[in-house]
Amino acid sequence: MTPAEVHQTAQERFGEAIESFNEKALDPFIVVKPTAVVEVCRFLKEEPTCAFDCLSNMSGVDYLKENKIQVVLHLYSYLHRHDIVVKVDVPRDNPTMPSVEGLWKAANWQEREIYDLLGVVFTDHPDLRRLLMPEDWIGHPLRKDFVEPEEYHGISTRRESLLK
Amino acid sequence: MSLAGYEVEVQRDSGLTTEEMTLNMGPQHPSTHGVLRFIVKADGEVMRTAIPDIGYLHRSIEKISEKVGYHGFMPYTDRVDYVSAMHCNQGWGMVCERLAGIEVPRRGEFCRIIACELGRIASHLLAVGAMVQDIGAYTPFLHALREREKINDLLEELCGARLTFNYMRIGGVAWDLPIGYPEKVTGFIDQFEPLIDEYNDLISYNKIYVERLANVGIVSKEEAINYNLVGPNLRACGFKYDVRRDEPYSIYSELEFDVPIGTGEVGTLGDCFERYMVRIKEMRESCKILRQCFQMMPPGPVLAKVARKLKPPVGDAYIRVEASRGDMGWYLVSDGSEFPYRTKVRTGSFAAMSIVDKVSRGLMIADLIALIASFDVVAPEVDR
Repeated sequence: MTPAEVHQTAQERFGEAIESFNEKALDPFIVVKPTAVVEVCRFLKEEPTCAFDCLSNMSGVDYLKENKIQVVLHLYSYLHRHDIVVKVDVPRDNPTMPSVEGLWKAANWQEREIYDLLGVVFTDHPDLRRLLMPEDWIGHPLRKDFVEPEEYHGISTRRESLLK
Repeated sequence: MSLAGYEVEVQRDSGLTTEEMTLNMGPQHPSTHGVLRFIVKADGEVMRTAIPDIGYLHRSIEKISEKVGYHGFMPYTDRVDYVSAMHCNQGWGMVCERLAGIEVPRRGEFCRIIACELGRIASHLLAVGAMVQDIGAYTPFLHALREREKINDLLEELCGARLTFNYMRIGGVAWDLPIGYPEKVTGFIDQFEPLIDEYNDLISYNKIYVERLANVGIVSKEEAINYNLVGPNLRACGFKYDVRRDEPYSIYSELEFDVPIGTGEVGTLGDCFERYMVRIKEMRESCKILRQCFQMMPPGPVLAKVARKLKPPVGDAYIRVEASRGDMGWYLVSDGSEFPYRTKVRTGSFAAMSIVDKVSRGLMIADLIALIASFDVVAPEVDR
């Protein structure tokens, strides 16, 4: 299936929940409402003509100017050898979306990483803890307005230039 | 009860209490392939869970990319997975080229593939060598590392570095092959291929070794796909999928090679032994690819003309390359400026680490070592 056909199939089924489709992008993507993401993803995974059995990548991007965080899912089907990109926009001040961990176990750590680095809260995630940063770290480093703290447990994060 | 053939009298209700133990393994442990930590809950010798705790090698490489620009990030990609740095170079090159619409000259593609396949052999040699050492055999480790040193010499001649190569550029490679390079590499392969058999004789089918690994840590095909296991770990489950063959990039569509998969010859599909054996078999295929490359290689430039200050158009791109530890995904977002807006690397070891908790349940503590060695987990690739 081409991405356009995947979009067509999903659009017919979900209508309003599919916000938009961009076919001209390098990797054509559909934008899904946060509330509907689990149903849409379940459909994409279980519908035999789509059969996206592999969550190839999941990442988050902070769009400071547009005041949103975009969660990007790259889905791939080993059966049909086709792919689709699903994007979910969540507001920056309350970044919450349901977890897709129940569909792809690969999402477990990917979502933890996004939570850790961008602060997106995945509801229904079985174990939403920080993954890479220390548990007591404050802030989410991949946010564009993140300011590195001066010190961490008395360890300075500043270093004087050796070239002075 | 019977224990190892002897009747043993067991005292019941002796007043001794038993309890589940929580053990800490790592982060500094010689068999953890970098800085990894596991929190093991064990009932005697049997693990209830082994929960990985990662992040000790988190160097925020993705964040660094947002500060150093497209060309400047290339040396950092070496550090994503320093055991097969060439593939990381290639991944970064390819995702930038895709976004900016740059075409790599044909000879440049060949140089890339030659470097990558040499890197793959070197990485697999370390993987199988270190795995054997973790299990307790020391000699085969030295045999593997001896061959790896020769590849390091070859790669040093190619680009001046032995570990973090920084050989590739956006739009091709930094330098053409040195004079007489094809002969040297072919000479190495001629000498190396018989050594794979020797290695198999030495350890692969050794009875103790096989019994340690066969039927241990079995991952089913469905589980592997669900957890997004990739590369040799996925193929060991008997699933024939290789990005090089099934979603060909670069010049792989023109090359002929097999995709070795698990056969279950001594144990079960998807056990530790299969993951080990797939890597041994892949080294042969890499040798095949190298020979073909040297025959097909055309003359010409190796590096496309690329702007010093690369400013790809606004948008995003995702590519996948088959690195030593499998399908490595690179996601890049550009906002039209000279710095990447967001970079994300999705690596094979990351997925492999996330499945450890599930697979380790019910295994012996000693098998955890075999398990993470067979997944070929490289810590910097998990943490980035």
